[in-house]
Amino acid sequence: MGNPRTIQKIVFFLLGLCTILIILPVFAIFFVILINGLPAISFEFIFSPPRAGMISGGIFPAIIGTIYLIIGTAVFSLPIGILAAVYLSEYADDNWLTRLIDIAIINLAGVPSIVYGLFGLGLFVMFLNFGTSILSGSLTLSIMTLPVIITSTKEALNSVPKSFRDVSYSLGASRWQTVKNVVLPNAIPGIMTGTILGLSRAAGETAPILFTVAAFYLPYLPRTIYDQVMVLPYHIYVLSTQVPNVPPKIQYGTVLVLVFIVFLLNITAAFIRSKFRKKKMW
Amino acid sequence: MANIKISVKNLSVSYDGEIALKNINIDVYEKEILGIIGPSRSGKTTFLQVLNRMIDRISCAKVEGKVLFDNLNIYTDIKLLALRRKVGMVYALPLPLPMSIYDNVAYGPRLHGTKDKKKLDEIVERCLRASYLWDEVKDRLESSAFNLSGGQQQRLCISRTLAVEPEVIIYDEPCSGLDPISTAKVEDAMSKLKEKYTQILVTNNVKQAARVADRTAFFLMGEIVEIDETKKIFTAPKDERTNDYITGKFG
Repeated sequence: MGNPRTIQKIVFFLLGLCTILIILPVFAIFFVILINGLPAISFEFIFSPPRAGMISGGIFPAIIGTIYLIIGTAVFSLPIGILAAVYLSEYADDNWLTRLIDIAIINLAGVPSIVYGLFGLGLFVMFLNFGTSILSGSLTLSIMTLPVIITSTKEALNSVPKSFRDVSYSLGASRWQTVKNVVLPNAIPGIMTGTILGLSRAAGETAPILFTVAAFYLPYLPRTIYDQVMVLPYHIYVLSTQVPNVPPKIQYGTVLVLVFIVFLLNITAAFIRSKFRKKKMW
Repeated sequence: MANIKISVKNLSVSYDGEIALKNINIDVYEKEILGIIGPSRSGKTTFLQVLNRMIDRISCAKVEGKVLFDNLNIYTDIKLLALRRKVGMVYALPLPLPMSIYDNVAYGPRLHGTKDKKKLDEIVERCLRASYLWDEVKDRLESSAFNLSGGQQQRLCISRTLAVEPEVIIYDEPCSGLDPISTAKVEDAMSKLKEKYTQILVTNNVKQAARVADRTAFFLMGEIVEIDETKKIFTAPKDERTNDYITGKFG
């Protein structure tokens, strides 16, 4: 065996190397996108529709479409996900049914996103006849996001100390009074963080929206939830594979905007978390 | 002696078959302080948890026997939430809720429908005075309960329990995390509360039972070895095991 100090140095070096390997791709991606995309960003690029067969102009419809989808997904997935998590963690007994639901949620999280896309096509677009629309896309993304929201909400609820509940019950509180007064107020930061991260993932997905909402090219903005929209992830796919001679500047600029939106959501989540962690007293 | 407030008959409790309490029979008199001493795992806390049915929250616990509160069976004749209002509990560790001092005390009354601000103010002041905390906190009722010291927090918990106007207060080792001065203050509060409340004090500190309890019960391995007036328990215990425990030979 070698000198323990030498071994320690080698191990430290390996550990440090692995850590750097984690952040390296992140920085590389950001660097490349920023360098190439930043020159494309202008008022016109953000606020005007594509022109001349998409090789010039902006991406405004796609930005709006993405924002609509985030809102639509939030509208459907937040109430259902959060209420289901409250029920599962605060009300439901631990029996075969709740265990089955737990397993279902875990499996739902593991379903490939293209399967969600096809499922949404089958159920919302065709069977329920919502057509290729914001409604169909939002519902599809909601189903995909639900497991993330339920899991993170349950975690946030479980992180509220049991002793708070005990105190509340010992003072004669009912279950709902305990949930409303003690559990939820202390779980809300965690719930918000988890749900925002879930939404940010949905914002960047391509496969689920491919058949359910995304439009190849629409020069106008949607008027109702039954309209199709252009969406950033799909627009990126179109720009890079479907349309010849798109200037790389526009491609990178579009990617930069999408990454920025997702990044903004993640930063918001991190901000909420750190703000409430400082306030947290137990 | 005064009226019987709580009467426990043939109470046995087991957790997944593991016996925690064996055939307990005990009467608690109105407005007395009943001390319960005994080594850990002797069933003291389990006993308390039956009295306000917090044991219902432990799904593997099985409770047999009868507990009568004012001659009413706590499992059949009294509604669960009503029982918990009548039997207030103070825990081993100070457990303030993550809210202001005021809101902690007002928590119970608000649950039970008191919304009038004036009335709440009055309850909060009265309950904080009863636990000798008022003078220390009256200028910062809106600050977080977590800013109080451990002893203050524990007295806050007593105030919070008083605010739901219980008839019986049960304490589960209320001073185990406190320094001697804070302990003395909590004990003072208990002695004062005797005028109005029946109190049951589980304690690991034998001397504390000697100081504040009127009667003391010695629990061992889920059974009551002896129960008598505190004076007798500490000067002339009938059972040798009681003597061994209070003189520190085991436990």
